[in-house]
Amino acid sequence: MKPFAYARPGDVVEAVRDVVAEPNAVFLAGGTNLVDHLRLGVARPDLVVDVRTLTSREVTGLPDGGLRLGAATTNSQVAADPRVRERYPVLAQALLAGATGQLRNMATTGGNPLQRTRCVYFSDVTTPCNKREPGSGCSAVGGYTRYHAVLGTPAALPDPHAPETCIATHPSDMAVALAALDAQVQVLGPDGERTIPFTELHRLPGDDPSRDTVLQHGELITAIDLPVLPAGTRSAYRKVRDRASYAFALVSVAAVVTPDGELRLALGGVAHKPWRATRAEEVLRGQQLTEDAVRAAITAELAAAQPQPGIDSGNGFKIPLVARTVLATVRGLLPEEQS
Amino acid sequence: MTDLLEPRAIGADLVRRDGELKVRGTATYAYETPVEHPAYAHPVQATIARGRVTAMDTAAAEALDGVLAVLTPFNAERLAATDDAEYAVLQGQDVGFRGQLIGVVVAETSELAREVADGITVRYEELPHDAELSADRPDLYAPEQVNAGHETDTAEGDVAAAMAAAEVTLERTYSTAMYHNNPLEPHATTALWESAGDGFLTLWDSTQGVHPDRAAVCQVFGLEQEQVRVICPYVGGGFGSKGLPHANVMLTALAARALPGRPVKLALTRQQMFFLAGYRTPTIQRMQLAADSRGRLSAIAIDVVEQTSKVKEFAEQTGVPTRMMYASPNRRSTHRLAALDVPIPSWMRAPGECPGMFGPEVAMDELAEELGIDPIELRVRNEPDVDPETGKPWSSRNLVRCLREGAERFGWSGPRAHRDGDWLVGTGVASSVYPTMRQATSTANVRFEDGRYVAEIGAADLGTGAWTILPQITADALGVDVADVDVRIGDTRYPVASVAGGSSGTNTWGSALVVAAREFRTKFGADPRDGDEASGDVDQAGQDDTHSPYAFGAQFVEARVNADTGEIRVPRLLGVFGVGRVINPRTARSQLIGGMTMGLSMALHENSAWDPRLAQVANHDLAEYHITVNADVGAIEAHWIDEHDPYVNAMGSKGIGEIGIVGTAAAVVNAVHAATGVRVRHLPVTLDKLLTALP
Ligand SMILES: Cc1cc2nc3c(=O)[nH]c(=O)nc-3n(C[C@H](O)[C@H](O)[C@H](O)COP(=O)(O)OP(=O)(O)OC[C@H]3O[C@@H](n4cnc5c(N)ncnc54)[C@H](O)[C@@H]3O)c2cc1C
Ligand code: SF4
Repeated sequence: MKPFAYARPGDVVEAVRDVVAEPNAVFLAGGTNLVDHLRLGVARPDLVVDVRTLTSREVTGLPDGGLRLGAATTNSQVAADPRVRERYPVLAQALLAGATGQLRNMATTGGNPLQRTRCVYFSDVTTPCNKREPGSGCSAVGGYTRYHAVLGTPAALPDPHAPETCIATHPSDMAVALAALDAQVQVLGPDGERTIPFTELHRLPGDDPSRDTVLQHGELITAIDLPVLPAGTRSAYRKVRDRASYAFALVSVAAVVTPDGELRLALGGVAHKPWRATRAEEVLRGQQLTEDAVRAAITAELAAAQPQPGIDSGNGFKIPLVARTVLATVRGLLPEEQS
Repeated sequence: MTDLLEPRAIGADLVRRDGELKVRGTATYAYETPVEHPAYAHPVQATIARGRVTAMDTAAAEALDGVLAVLTPFNAERLAATDDAEYAVLQGQDVGFRGQLIGVVVAETSELAREVADGITVRYEELPHDAELSADRPDLYAPEQVNAGHETDTAEGDVAAAMAAAEVTLERTYSTAMYHNNPLEPHATTALWESAGDGFLTLWDSTQGVHPDRAAVCQVFGLEQEQVRVICPYVGGGFGSKGLPHANVMLTALAARALPGRPVKLALTRQQMFFLAGYRTPTIQRMQLAADSRGRLSAIAIDVVEQTSKVKEFAEQTGVPTRMMYASPNRRSTHRLAALDVPIPSWMRAPGECPGMFGPEVAMDELAEELGIDPIELRVRNEPDVDPETGKPWSSRNLVRCLREGAERFGWSGPRAHRDGDWLVGTGVASSVYPTMRQATSTANVRFEDGRYVAEIGAADLGTGAWTILPQITADALGVDVADVDVRIGDTRYPVASVAGGSSGTNTWGSALVVAAREFRTKFGADPRDGDEASGDVDQAGQDDTHSPYAFGAQFVEARVNADTGEIRVPRLLGVFGVGRVINPRTARSQLIGGMTMGLSMALHENSAWDPRLAQVANHDLAEYHITVNADVGAIEAHWIDEHDPYVNAMGSKGIGEIGIVGTAAAVVNAVHAATGVRVRHLPVTLDKLLTALP
């Protein structure tokens, strides 16, 4: 592990100032992702600023009926919160589908959406990876792509040597639920506070795969807000994985159905960011939410999907798997007579 | 025939003697050995798969505060023996596989050693590598023999003619994946080299055999046995990967030699274990079966293709169980290897039988389906009277009893498939087998000490139960209460013992203990004096060469496949085994269900995803290399039949460490086929292989 300085400032303002002052500084929350990366040499900061005790550890009600999750609330705590379980079951289910009890006790609301990809080449410093080492190339193309993207990627076989190539997925379960819920991210930066819609927090690789999000250096997540949902809204999270527990999603689906039949849909395990299925939502807008309609909508969403060939037949299976999982999840949310 | 011990302590459900220490966390493992002022070592590994190291820039590293030594091929001492290329660490600049050891950094802290090791710049002359196994490579070769001294090829009768003449034939190719043993405790060593006199090396090493470990180290370093002591009271699992030392042990000893008087600790990281600690080769198995319409086999053949490393050959004996499992006049088995620029494969729980009972047991299910015969019945109809390979009678063979009793307990009769809501449900069965082995060397001492009987033998307990069951055997051999017996193991100060491998530990060490105990009684009678001592060798124990000794079993699986997503769950796993006399039902059950769970893991989860471009396992950590977790295991039951085998040894035991993993994967595949109609012939069974067939 590369030696680094460790700071525990008095408050969030000081924490932001510390990080801004040191170009190679990072925030530390639960450490369940960052500490692994320090050990592996994937993260090599000069300064680690511990914010775990600085942001809020509470889930509080918002005036409009929504909920605010302090950045230091743990994944276990949020999953167990009765208000979350009752009003946002999709979020509680997503959290409980992630990692293990021990990890969820440490992992935080601020840290979870900012965990980095599980791309095996990203975590192996002896292999080229544009995300870890910009410009070095992408080892995943034509390699082990089982956990890689099918949406938001340029082509089935992008140029592995091009500096912009990255076919990684975002691994968080929680983030998929937050994307479907239209959550809002409260951020404190050197220039003060701003709010970022959750669906705009993460980005596609574009020409810089090293950046997962739109956050600028030194910007700190202080809370995530869950907007109020119409009474009678139903929601669910379905995670499909290779073993029953303690595995990242091959694909996952977060679905929210409002009483007037509007579907909000987000997909995990398929793209560089939690994938809000806007195309499918558009197709469905104004339509009766039936199985056939949902099938047509998800087919439209997946029209642009690109399988990535690779070891063990690549990841083309995700395309039918997403369609099947969406159908099964939404079916479970429809009133009896419709399904 | 052997006189079986009168069982008193044998058969008792005693708790593990080492259980409390382990639960409390006070049992010391190799890396945690309390030593004074330890130094920490971290390896440098090659990042190319083939070529030469031309330069290593270590000057900056050596100058760092806290760095004690940096060893490379350019400055490491020359070893006495370098004929075993795996052990010839830092002896040359050639690189034979990615991840090979090319250096070691010793520092005051493990963090510093790791950081410095990772920071050393290495220059290579890289050559193109060849790391992809396939059955149609032109350079496949027949090894001289396969693991455990088996013949490479066998043939009897004329398989081709039988295939041409048979009413029904089946010809299929199956494959098993690459697997890594991944015991919980990594490969770890604490080494102390004392330079006084001729020098003395103490190794606290995580090993399945302190004596074989010592023998290898002595050979490599040119030391006398008296100059080396290996200590290993507890092992956090090995599954074969600690059966012989790997290069990490030689590297730690080398580092300790560079720092005489200073204990040096080295534990492989989980990632490093995917390069340096052995693994099970992927196998490709072409099966041929020929049968009449009633299911009587007229031919059975297996042609195996697998890989080895160019650095050192290891040939898994995958075709061996097909030679003896079922009756058939025409039979063939072959093994062909591809030597690649890859890490060195080695033993993994039930080498040979584990992968080698996958193809045949799925093929039998396919044949049963083709014939419309119940798969249990098909096996019963091909039950051989004598060992088809040797012609010898069985010491005991209760496969049919295991199948029948398993069928009864599992509820086999009736349809094998149904739908339950969103789940497609199916059941499957497969046979298990494992040879009953006994090693040639092992000696035990029995002494009367302070009113207690103390036995000593350099045996190993990898979590298997040796600490607990060896006293049970000794107590019955002495005719005393087990509470009055201590058995000390895990140290080369004790008499020589064989490796804990091949499910032979209990059979071998137990036999030596019985000889020693009987010798003790003969010499000193029923009323010994303090300090009275006798010893016994396994080669003095009765040996039967006229029978063919094997353990058999039958495994039953219920598989459920989600009709929407293809997710696979196994809520029920049931095995019935004929393993001779069970010494301790508690530790035996743990071995059997542990083996079955590992078999389930092989069926559904484990897969070292090999990246031939880089020549390494892509998913080389335990977040991405999946091992079955608790949530994947539903009801799991292991039963055994009451089996009296007077030919195997004085305990009547056959060994139980490995048979549980044999056949499980085939039973899972057969159950998934019943549920979905999809026959997955290439492991693991993952949902992507089922999707297209789902409703
Ligand atoms: C073996 C294993 C299995 C796992 N399985 C799953 C799974 O199935 N599903 C899943 O979703 N997750 C899984 N995880 C990941 C886990 O959920 C994340 O590691 C965890 O949520 C990260 O939260 P943390 O608080 O520990 O973040 P940290 O590790 O402390 O930080 C993560 C990143 O976020 C940054 N950061 C932290 N807090 C803030 C903040 N307030 N503002 C700005 N930046 C911040 C850090 O600088 C760092 O870059 C698994 C992890 C492991 C180790
Ligand atoms: S997919 Fe992205 S993270 Fe993975 S190797 Fe390529 S660039 Fe790196």
